[in-house]
Amino acid sequence: MSTFLFQAFVYLTAAVIAVPVAKRLGLGSVLGYLIAGIVIGPLIGLVGAETRDIQHFAEFGVVMMLFLVGLELEPRSLWAMRHRLIGLGGLQVGMTTTAIGAAAFAMGQPWSVALAIGLVFSLSSTAIVLQTLNEKGLMKSDGGQAGFSVLLFQDIAVIPMLALIPLLALPELVELLSHSADHAGGHGEQISLIDGLPGWQVAIVTLLAVATVVVGGHYLSRPLFRFIATAKLREVFTAAALLLVIGIALLMTLVGLSPALGTFLAGVVLANSEFRHELESDIDPFKGLLLGLFFITVGAGINFVALIDGFGTIIALTLGLMLVKGLVLLSLSFVFKLGGSDRWLFALGLAQAGEFGFVLLSFTVQNGVIPQAVSETLLLVVALSMLLTPLVFICFDRLILPRINARQSREADMIDEKGTVIIAGTGRFGQIVNRMLRGNGYETVVLDLSAETVSLMSVFGIKAFYGDASRPDLLHAAGLAEARMLVVAIDDKERTVEIVKHARRDRPDIHIVARAHDRTQVYSLYAAGANDIIRETFDSAVRAGRSALEGFGIHPYEAEKIATAFVAGDQRMIRDMADAYDPDILPHENQEWVKKAREYSEATGVAMAGVRNPDRSAIDRAWMPPGKRPEEEPG
Amino acid sequence: MRKVLVLFAHPAHRHSVVNNAMGKVAQGLDNVTFADLYGEYPRMKIDIDREQVRLAEHDALVFQFPLMWYSTPSILKEWQDLVLEYGYAYGEGGDRLKDMPFLPVVSAGGPQTAYHPDGFNNFDLRTFLAPLEQTANLCKMRFMPPFVLFGALKAPGDTRLETHLGAYRDLLIALRDETFDFDKTSEMDELAHDRLPIRKGARR
Repeated sequence: MSTFLFQAFVYLTAAVIAVPVAKRLGLGSVLGYLIAGIVIGPLIGLVGAETRDIQHFAEFGVVMMLFLVGLELEPRSLWAMRHRLIGLGGLQVGMTTTAIGAAAFAMGQPWSVALAIGLVFSLSSTAIVLQTLNEKGLMKSDGGQAGFSVLLFQDIAVIPMLALIPLLALPELVELLSHSADHAGGHGEQISLIDGLPGWQVAIVTLLAVATVVVGGHYLSRPLFRFIATAKLREVFTAAALLLVIGIALLMTLVGLSPALGTFLAGVVLANSEFRHELESDIDPFKGLLLGLFFITVGAGINFVALIDGFGTIIALTLGLMLVKGLVLLSLSFVFKLGGSDRWLFALGLAQAGEFGFVLLSFTVQNGVIPQAVSETLLLVVALSMLLTPLVFICFDRLILPRINARQSREADMIDEKGTVIIAGTGRFGQIVNRMLRGNGYETVVLDLSAETVSLMSVFGIKAFYGDASRPDLLHAAGLAEARMLVVAIDDKERTVEIVKHARRDRPDIHIVARAHDRTQVYSLYAAGANDIIRETFDSAVRAGRSALEGFGIHPYEAEKIATAFVAGDQRMIRDMADAYDPDILPHENQEWVKKAREYSEATGVAMAGVRNPDRSAIDRAWMPPGKRPEEEPG
Repeated sequence: MRKVLVLFAHPAHRHSVVNNAMGKVAQGLDNVTFADLYGEYPRMKIDIDREQVRLAEHDALVFQFPLMWYSTPSILKEWQDLVLEYGYAYGEGGDRLKDMPFLPVVSAGGPQTAYHPDGFNNFDLRTFLAPLEQTANLCKMRFMPPFVLFGALKAPGDTRLETHLGAYRDLLIALRDETFDFDKTSEMDELAHDRLPIRKGARR
């Protein structure tokens, strides 16, 4: 017990210290975890050999991550991805395997070993890439989607690889293994539903399992979740969500399919379900922790002694590997028409070897395909390439993106319209603003993070550009320097504030209309310098309230007056509170703000207690016949 | 028979006794359309096309309103500003309302004696309604003397309200059934329960 507590303590401490520091330095969480692992493992030796076991456990984070990715992806979007999934993914795995295999063969490895090495290195790290893309908000970008297609294909490809690799066994290694097999026996015993079944039955069982996931996910999950939700116990719902993921992973393992693939499929099936967000928020913390643990173990598992012994070779091999993988991806990006920054994101992002590399390497050693000594070196190459990936992403951010964006604005090709209005975000909110402005003759430049939305808008002849508007360079490329107005219509709270701050700093004279998520954000946006701050649901909520009043038989004009008075009162309060708000002090620590908040909540309480609501006086006074006073009126 | 359109404007139903009761009278009559403008356009966004279609479907127009600051409530002014377009109600080709009877139905807070050159309000009620009268003239409508309830705030207390409601009913029916005697209105300043030029028996 105390060992377990100590280990948990060490891992958590490392993560809690390293990750925020790495984030603050702009290195991303993945590199933070990896560094934390290196520190507690090879550097100060707090954790040792058990990391390998923990790693197998932590790999489940990848399964959860694919479930979450599936939840974000409706069946329709998956179907739309099919060409990329099979074409791009298949070509990537095939070409990389060939290129790496040929290189290994040229370095004097037997063809079977060379092929196995090629297969191992054709895979990329789903964990690192997806985590980083999510963190950077690039998941929905064209490059991100292409990368995801390839990763998904790789996940599927692992299964035939596991079937193929034993066929590549070297006779002398098998001989060696059979001697030691006795004392290692009983270790790899696994339950399976398909052992000893003829091929056609295997196919039927496999199809049945997939059908269970799809049909069950579609028809059974909703009543089941609804039933669980009625218990109103959050932890039970969390347990059910975990059960779902683990159950599907188990089922897939039993029939010899990839658990990640199975949960991904389940996620897609549930993407339209009303429980999607609940599932997401339940699974997300587990995924985050497990992935973090996984990254730590990768860092901790690096054998520094071996690394230093063969330092030159290993570095050369790692860089060579990433170069070859990157070149293959780059050539594919031309075939599949990925342009601009998407091309580089795709080529650099997937250039590492992945966590399945660890699995496959130990599998090859077990089956006598690759000699132990070679696999030690290869393990280091896999780990090192994963370690380098966050650095590659930083290069992408700092070196490549600015250059591409600079070129874009100079060529005036990507963003060839310097509109008088920049609209950041064209979801349900921005689209309406855009239509109103365009319909009345104002030129707009529209930025959005969803490649799908952007291409859809382009179909309708609207100038729309893909990109993260919180990146200053993109705002400039869109013409921030000349624009007369900026409408920030994205739904990401932090980014909205970032964009407003940046635009205000850059252009003290520009008119900024900003979409606020809630009341608190109104204060931050006010402090950030937005001119007009529009709460995204406030007006519709007021209209709903007005409809409700009309439903009670209140005259529409009276209901309108009430709504107007309510809006005025609320805006007065917000303005008053915004003056007291200080973005550098947490609201509840801001004495003046708290005092005002309390005053207002008391006023509401008084109104609810039956004393005349101050909002009502304007209504009651209106069109009062001569000789009467508001007090005489009933209610 | 005419179809009568009553455009009613009162911004504060909660304070209205007389006009609400009059509204009930109008609503209870066949071939009389009663339209609460503040109810239909609580945000004052009057639909011009819809209003012009509605006018075309009727043969007589009534404005029913309480006198506010010696004029109509604002939505009735808005209605005139928007609906009575050039080329539709007046000007070149603007003859759609030609010969349509136009009747203002007014409730006034002050007593009749106040609406006199020597009275508290210094002018006759007809003088205050001159803009409506000239608007009707420009649109070639047949302006009728206003049907007025003076001292409306105090009317609910005595029998005057009941009498007024009965007279309003008779007036609308006469307008509808074409038994209203337009010829006798030239010498009348106002219509009231005791001054209603209605011919006996249907003309048709």
